[in-house]
Amino acid sequence: MSKHVLIADDEPNIVISLEFLMKREGHRVTVARDGDAALDTIRRERPDLVLLDVMMPGKSGFEVCQAVRADEALAAVKILMLSAKGRDTDLAKGSALGADAYMTKPFSTRELADKVRELLGPA
Amino acid sequence: MKFDKRELAATLAPGLVLVVAALVAGGLFAATLEPAERDALTTMLEPRAALLLLAWLLLSGALGALLRQAYLRWVAASARLAEEAGVLLATDMQRDLALQGSAETRALAEVINQLVRQRSAMRDDVAAQVQEASRGVEQERNRLAALMAELTQSVVVCNLDGRILLYNSRARTQFRSLSSAPALAGGTELIGLGRSIYAVLDRALVAHALESVQQRLQRGAAHPSAQFITGTRAGQLLRVQMAPVRAIASDSDATALNGFVLMLDNITRDFADESERDRLLHALTEGSRASLGNLQAAVEMLDYDDVDAATRERFHGVIRDEVRTMSQRIQQLASHTTQTLKTRWPLEDMLGADLLAATSRRIEAQHGCRTAADAVDAALWLKVDSYSLLQALLYLAGRLVEEFGVKLVQLRLARSDGRARLDLVWSGHTLSSETVSSWETEPMQSHARGSESLALTLRDVIERHDGAFWFERERVRHESLFCLLLPLAPAGEQLDAAQFVHGQSRPEAYDFDLFATSVQARELADRRLTELAYTVFDTETTGLQPSAGDEILQIGATRIVAGKLRREDCFEQLVNPQRDIPAAGIPIHGIEPEMVADAPTIDAVLPAFHAFAHDTVLVAHNAAFDMRFLQLKQAQTGVVFDQPVLDTLLLSAVVHPQQDSHGLEAIAERLGVTVLGRHTALGDAMVTAEIFLKLIPLLAERGIHTLGQARDAAQQTYYARIKY
Repeated sequence: MSKHVLIADDEPNIVISLEFLMKREGHRVTVARDGDAALDTIRRERPDLVLLDVMMPGKSGFEVCQAVRADEALAAVKILMLSAKGRDTDLAKGSALGADAYMTKPFSTRELADKVRELLGPA
Repeated sequence: MKFDKRELAATLAPGLVLVVAALVAGGLFAATLEPAERDALTTMLEPRAALLLLAWLLLSGALGALLRQAYLRWVAASARLAEEAGVLLATDMQRDLALQGSAETRALAEVINQLVRQRSAMRDDVAAQVQEASRGVEQERNRLAALMAELTQSVVVCNLDGRILLYNSRARTQFRSLSSAPALAGGTELIGLGRSIYAVLDRALVAHALESVQQRLQRGAAHPSAQFITGTRAGQLLRVQMAPVRAIASDSDATALNGFVLMLDNITRDFADESERDRLLHALTEGSRASLGNLQAAVEMLDYDDVDAATRERFHGVIRDEVRTMSQRIQQLASHTTQTLKTRWPLEDMLGADLLAATSRRIEAQHGCRTAADAVDAALWLKVDSYSLLQALLYLAGRLVEEFGVKLVQLRLARSDGRARLDLVWSGHTLSSETVSSWETEPMQSHARGSESLALTLRDVIERHDGAFWFERERVRHESLFCLLLPLAPAGEQLDAAQFVHGQSRPEAYDFDLFATSVQARELADRRLTELAYTVFDTETTGLQPSAGDEILQIGATRIVAGKLRREDCFEQLVNPQRDIPAAGIPIHGIEPEMVADAPTIDAVLPAFHAFAHDTVLVAHNAAFDMRFLQLKQAQTGVVFDQPVLDTLLLSAVVHPQQDSHGLEAIAERLGVTVLGRHTALGDAMVTAEIFLKLIPLLAERGIHTLGQARDAAQQTYYARIKY
C-alpha cells in the first residue's frame, strides 16, 4: 500500500535523490522547502512519514518536530530527522523532542530506505 | 647619706624603754611603802640623782648603739637589697649587687646576682635564636622572590580583600599591557602592593572562583584550584588559575583561607589562533557533511538500473554542482581567515551538586523565587565553565519569574547517555517555540556590573559546552522544563580532584606580614596611620599663584604601603602647561620650555595620576598649595581627588610646635632624612615620604594614632590657616 512521505529540506540537491528514492520505494512524495511550509503541509495532509532536515530557513527541524508532537491529532506522523550536524547532543535532542529516528549526513541511501520501511511498518 | 627615721627610732628606743620601765617599777615600788619609808627613800635617792641619770645615759647609749647596729645589719640591708633588685628587675641592666648586711642577706644577694646573670644569658640566647630565625625567613623570602622572578607565568598573591601582597615581574609586564586609558601610568596604577586586584578582574568572577575553591577544600580535594577565563577592560583575554592560600594559625580549621594565588596567562593570541583553527575545522566537517550527503545519495541513485536518461542527467547535475561547491569551500577555507567563530572555552571539573547548590542560592537571592533540588545525582562531575553556566541558569530563571511570575523552580540532575542532563522545571506556563528560541538567542542580561564579557547568548553558552538545550512539556505531571545536556568530567580527572588530603598535611606556606592586614571594615578616619596606603606627591609649577593662571609643569609621586616606602612604585610625568614658563622659576625646578613642548597636557595626565592614587590617602608637603592646583582642574578634566589629604608641613608643626621653620629641608635636617635630588617633583615626593614615615612615630608619642586624629591635630595648627 502506498504511503505518503513528506520531504522537508531546503537543499534541492538532496531533495532530487530523496524524491527519486522514495518514489522508487512506491511512496507518494510531497516536498517542502522550509520549516513553516513543512508544518503547514503536515497539518493539512497528515503524511505517514516526514524526512525532516534540521537546518532549514524559518522554523528549524527541531521546532517543527516539537510542534508536531505537541499536537495529538498528528501523533501518527512518523518523523525521521536528517542532519548535517554530527554531534551526539543533537541526536539526544532530536529523540527527546519526539523524533522516531535520526540520521546524520552523509548517510547510505540503502540504510535510509531500510529505516523508512521499518518506520512505516509492513505495507 | 639619707636620713632614716627607723634607724633613729631604733637608736633611741632603749633609752625610752628604760625610762618607762624605771618610772613604772619606781611607781609600783613607791605605792607599797609607808609614808615614813617613802621619805627615807627620797632622802636616800635625791643626792644620788645625777648618778642614776648617768647610769641611765650610759645604759641607753650602749643599748641604743647595739640596736642600731642590729637594725642596720638585718633590716636596712634587706630593704636596700630589695630596692636594688627592684631596679634590676625594671631595667635590662646587668650588674652585681654589693654584698652587705648579715650572712643571710649576703647569701640572698649572691643568689639574686646569679639569677640576673642567668637572665641575661637567656636573653642573649633568645636574641640569637630570633636573629637566626629571621635570617632564615629572610633567606626563604629571597629564594621565593628569585623563584617568582624566573617564572614565565604571571603570579599575583592577594589577601581575601583582593589586595595584592606579592607579584612577580612577569605580572608587572602583563598588567602594563592590560592598562587601558591612562597610558601614562604604564600599569603601575593596576599592580602594586596593596592595590586591589578588582581593578583588573571582575569581582563577581573572583568571588565565584573563591567559592568553588572553598567547596573543594571542604570536600578535602587535593588540588583545590579553580580556573576561569575573563575579558579585561582593555579587550584582552586572560586565563586565570586560582589556588588558595590557607590560614596557618588556626590548626583546627584546615579549610580556612586567608588569601589566594592567581596565575594569569594572556591567551588573547592563543585564543584567536585556536578560534581560527576551530572555525576551519568546523567548516570542513559540518559544512562538508551536507555536500557529501548529497553526493552520496546521487551516486547511489545512479546505481539503480531503472533510472531514465533525463533523471540520470539530473543526478549528474547534482554531482557536478556539489563537487564545485566543495572545491569552492576548500579554496575559501585556505584564503579566508577573517571571520571569527565562538569556540569552546577551557572547561573545569565541578561537582554537579555544587553547581546546583550555587544556582539555587543565587536564584533565590536575585529573583526571590523559591527553588527545590530533589532529584540530584550527587556523584556526577561536570566539565563546565561554571561561571557562564550559572549566569545562563540565572538568566532562564529570571525570565521565568519576570514574564510568567513563576514562584518555584526545581532543579534536577541525572546521567543521560554519557552526559549530564540538567533540568530546570516549573509547573504550568508552557512556552511557544518562538519564545524559547528568542530566549536562546537574545544576549543574556548581565547581572554583574561592568562585565562586558557576558554579552553572551544562552546558545553561546550551550555551544561552548558542546551541549544542547531544549524546552519540554510533561503533560501528565503538568510540568514544563528546560533541559540542558552538559559534558561529564572524564573519570581520570575526577579521581585526581577527589584525592583526599591526609590528616595534618599542609601546603608549605610563607608567612607574609601583609596577610594580616585583612578585612578592614572600619571607617577610614579610625584606621591607624601605620596601616594605611599613601600616595605621596609633589608638583612643580610655573609659579606660586594657582588662581592667577599658574600651571602644573610636573607631577611626581611614590607610594607607602604597610609602613614602607615603595620606591619602585612611582609616577613621574612632565606636563605641557600650555603657557610660557617664567624665567625666574627655571633655575629652581630646572624645567625648560622645550622639555614640556611634547609632553601631554594636564587633561591627559590627571586621569593617569588619579588612577595611580586610587584608594590611597594623599600626602604632600604644604598640601593646600598642590591640592589647589588639582582642584582648579576639576571642572576641566572631570577628575576629582576626594580622598583624605595629609600635610607634612602641618604634621611637623604638630610634632615640633616650638620650631620656626617647617620647610621641607629644615624638617628633613631635624628628622635626619638625607635630601637627594630636590626640586624635581619625584625627588621632593620621596623626601616628603621619608619625612612622613618619621613623623608617624612622633605623632604616636603625642597620642595621635589614627588618620582622623592626625587631620584634627593638623587643622589646629597656626599654619592650617594659609589659603591659596
